[in-house]
Amino acid sequence: MTMLLLEDLNVHYGAIHALRGVSVSVEQGRVVTLIGANGAGKSTILRAVSGMIRPSGGRIMFEGKSLSGQPPHQILRLGLAHVPEGRGIFANLTVDENLELGAYQRSDPEGVRRDREKVYELFPRVKERLKQAAGTLSGGEQQMLAIGRALLARPRLLLLDEPSLGLAPQLVQTIFRIIREINAQGTTILLVEQNANMALAVAHHAYVLEVGAIRMHGPAADLAKSDEVRKAYLGHG
Amino acid sequence: MNAALQTFFETLINGLAVGSLYALVALGYTMVYGILKFINFAHSDIVVLGAWIAFVLARSLGYATPDAAAPWYAGLLILLVAMTACGAIGYAVERLAYKPLRGAPRLNVLITAIGVSLFLQNTGQLSFLFGASPQRMPSLLPDTPLLTVFGARVSLVDVVGAGTAVLLMVGLEYLIFHTKLGRAMRAVSYNTSVASLMGVNVNAVISFTFVVGSALAAAAGFLYSMKYVGIKQPADAGWVMLGLKAFVAAVVGGIGNIRGAMIGGVMIGLLEFFGAAYVSTQYRDVYVFALLILVLLFRPAGLFGRATVEKV
Repeated sequence: MTMLLLEDLNVHYGAIHALRGVSVSVEQGRVVTLIGANGAGKSTILRAVSGMIRPSGGRIMFEGKSLSGQPPHQILRLGLAHVPEGRGIFANLTVDENLELGAYQRSDPEGVRRDREKVYELFPRVKERLKQAAGTLSGGEQQMLAIGRALLARPRLLLLDEPSLGLAPQLVQTIFRIIREINAQGTTILLVEQNANMALAVAHHAYVLEVGAIRMHGPAADLAKSDEVRKAYLGHG
Repeated sequence: MNAALQTFFETLINGLAVGSLYALVALGYTMVYGILKFINFAHSDIVVLGAWIAFVLARSLGYATPDAAAPWYAGLLILLVAMTACGAIGYAVERLAYKPLRGAPRLNVLITAIGVSLFLQNTGQLSFLFGASPQRMPSLLPDTPLLTVFGARVSLVDVVGAGTAVLLMVGLEYLIFHTKLGRAMRAVSYNTSVASLMGVNVNAVISFTFVVGSALAAAAGFLYSMKYVGIKQPADAGWVMLGLKAFVAAVVGGIGNIRGAMIGGVMIGLLEFFGAAYVSTQYRDVYVFALLILVLLFRPAGLFGRATVEKV
């Protein structure tokens, strides 16, 4: 079943045509990744889906409902959470308060408490630092907090923007292991990554973007073997 | 010696009483700046409206004549009505003047704020509203000294005024640092777009901020006119000075910083009154603005503000 469907999506930033007729579909239960160079429009797609920016044309359907014109807080209510580029941690708030904000729309304290336990299982470091100002966490810990916080909204679809950016190689491994785990527990994931190697390893399906348009797409394993992708994105000359 | 102590305590009491009112007004400036990053120049006019609405209420309730003693709850009632009315006005101002400019350059919003300020000042002077002449606030509290400290009279008005201001600030502190809504306000202030991704309805939070800030301004306007009973006409420059000093308090405390605004307000009040009592009354406004210049020179982020790097 198709969970998220983008049809002929167009986005303009002033005079810049950032997305030119992009169509993407995300099947339920899958990890789908968008790879491509810096500025290809990957993050723009996520921003359009979560309502942070307004597309100039095209359709965005989530579980059969149109997301067009809806503000981010209503899109979240439908079951779609977005971990933005740069993690979006509230540095002046404590780790605990950041997590509270993740569950801002929920009114089932018991369920939130249980989901918190799950988040602590995934990210034991987060639990150790609850009372600390979130700005004092390391980059890796902030990324874990950002993902854990998004999970507390109980999304059915999780949008992840560059979760590995700026992290040490070992932490990158951890983050991707956790992405797999979250997916295995039933959350569909749309992942934007510059680390194409890792992204293709974890994803079921992949889209390659070039200057605002889809260059090619297919099963991630096939793309990982394609000469063109290997040359351009995987560093194999 | 006794006279010296008396002057000291009188100055201290006045400084604290007026400073706590500056703090109430400063909070409105700082909360709006914290969330929308612009100075709401119309904020001091909400203070004016608070004072005048309170005056109209007191007069229409019949407390204007000297022999009609007001019951103890009259002041409380007037306070609540003035706060509610100004909260509604603050909501309307945000909705009609600022919300359409969301995403517009900050300078446009700033100019609009000046426009709103002029609009409120001059509309208030229309003859069927408050009129263009000064009035006298009926006294709602008995003018008896509560106690005397080294010969300095501690009047009931000062205690009630400062006490109300402190209570409101304690309430605000609780709201912002210990409730879900306050957490959302802090999140919006730190990063508006990420707060919206958390499910916070940003527009609702902004509206609420204006309502709270305006209600506090109304309280300050009313309490100020209880202490200084001659209320000037809405477009009088004296009101602008009151607003400016509160604005200075917000900047001195670190604009955007709630606790900074509270401390800044009290500091400005004390500085003004001690300067007036011990140096020269003529320069009472000068001390305040001199402090502003010093703070901007040596601690531009304010005494309690964090230095921030402009985001690119």
